[in-house]
Amino acid sequence: MSGFTTLLMRDLRLVLRRPGDVGVVLAFFVVATVLFPLGIGPETNVLARIAAGVLWCAALFAALLSLERLFAADYEDGTLDLLLLAPWPLELAALAKCLAHWIVTGLPLSLLAPVLGVAFGLDGQSLLALGATLLVGTPTLSLIGGLAAALTLGARKSGALLALLALPLCVPTLIFGAGAIETLAAGDGIVTHVAILAALALVALATTPWAIAAALRQAGE
Amino acid sequence: MVPPLLEVTGLSCRRGGRPVFDRLSFGLGAGELLALTGRNGSGKTSLLRALAGLTPPEAGTVAWQGVDVAEDPETWRGRLAWLGHLEGLKGDLTVIENLAVAERLRGGEAGDRLDGALVALDLTGLAAREVRTLSAGQRRRTALARVVLSQAPLWLLDEPLNALDAPAQAAFRTALQAHLAAGGLAIAATHAELGIEGRSLELGPTLSSTSPPLGGEEHDGDVA
Repeated sequence: MSGFTTLLMRDLRLVLRRPGDVGVVLAFFVVATVLFPLGIGPETNVLARIAAGVLWCAALFAALLSLERLFAADYEDGTLDLLLLAPWPLELAALAKCLAHWIVTGLPLSLLAPVLGVAFGLDGQSLLALGATLLVGTPTLSLIGGLAAALTLGARKSGALLALLALPLCVPTLIFGAGAIETLAAGDGIVTHVAILAALALVALATTPWAIAAALRQAGE
Repeated sequence: MVPPLLEVTGLSCRRGGRPVFDRLSFGLGAGELLALTGRNGSGKTSLLRALAGLTPPEAGTVAWQGVDVAEDPETWRGRLAWLGHLEGLKGDLTVIENLAVAERLRGGEAGDRLDGALVALDLTGLAAREVRTLSAGQRRRTALARVVLSQAPLWLLDEPLNALDAPAQAAFRTALQAHLAAGGLAIAATHAELGIEGRSLELGPTLSSTSPPLGGEEHDGDVA
């Protein structure tokens, strides 16, 4: 087994040992989104219009919630040194960590969002589009969030700093993700939006692993 | 004369703008142990981290078989087994899982050697225990078992005897002696006596920012 899959499987196994950590993130997502219909009232028109934005923002916050521990846990118990000293590229290790994060947060959030969309009165087509855009867009959040997590490693109040760093960088993904549902409501296709989301994900994939690795090396010094 | 396997030339390091050690040079051949001694803050850990490539040195080179290790850091990292202050173990994984994962992260496959490493550090009875339920000494033994398992030619150990009781220290000594007898090298920062014949390198004190950095003073002899 290569180092990449070993690290990926290790992180997934660690999550399985403590399923509560992921449970909290998903529960936050559910509670945060359900508060909107309760606060705004049962006007289906208003709710359907804001649904995509609310679900996308909530997914973004939920993903950030679990990012703080992405590298901090390894940093604190010394396993980061072992990754830094592994005889294969640290960029791959960074990618494995982000992929593990996406599998346990981005993926379940994407599957959960269409279910919650029902509470906002979204039609079937919009629900599908919501799930699809999240599926394509959440890897970007994991990668950008991973970079912010690596940069804030060892800083005090790293959680707030992480959000400040990651949120602005996630704006393009948020705009095109939430915008897709609006285009659909206007009667246009969402192909352009999904393509742009995929392009953003690919740009993040091609750049962030190197930046994360550099940040981790700095933290290891 | 056979050149030493590991050759350190003019290694200097600064931490926070302060020189930790300056123009340090030494060589280490197959089967040799080098004990790093010196006061707290004398730069033992910094030297180990610089040797491993975790911190880029300010000046100087580390060469393995005459080749500068900076040319191919990945191969160099593959030659190292690292034991830091922190054990590098995952509390939610069992002893045996930790060892197997660490070995795979090094690019190897533990396989049959796993049992040998467990026996060497007397961990057989704890193999299925989650590491977070272990005592500090038992964790240290697990981390040492990881080093034993690695089959790396060069061991870099930071205070390997920390938290170990007498039988565990003896087990570690036996494992280290076997490693050296097989032609391995080891560099250990230590306050306690290792109890194994080897060379020692005393790092100079850096008492204040104004005091001039003292280079390492190397002398051959028995560490014990």
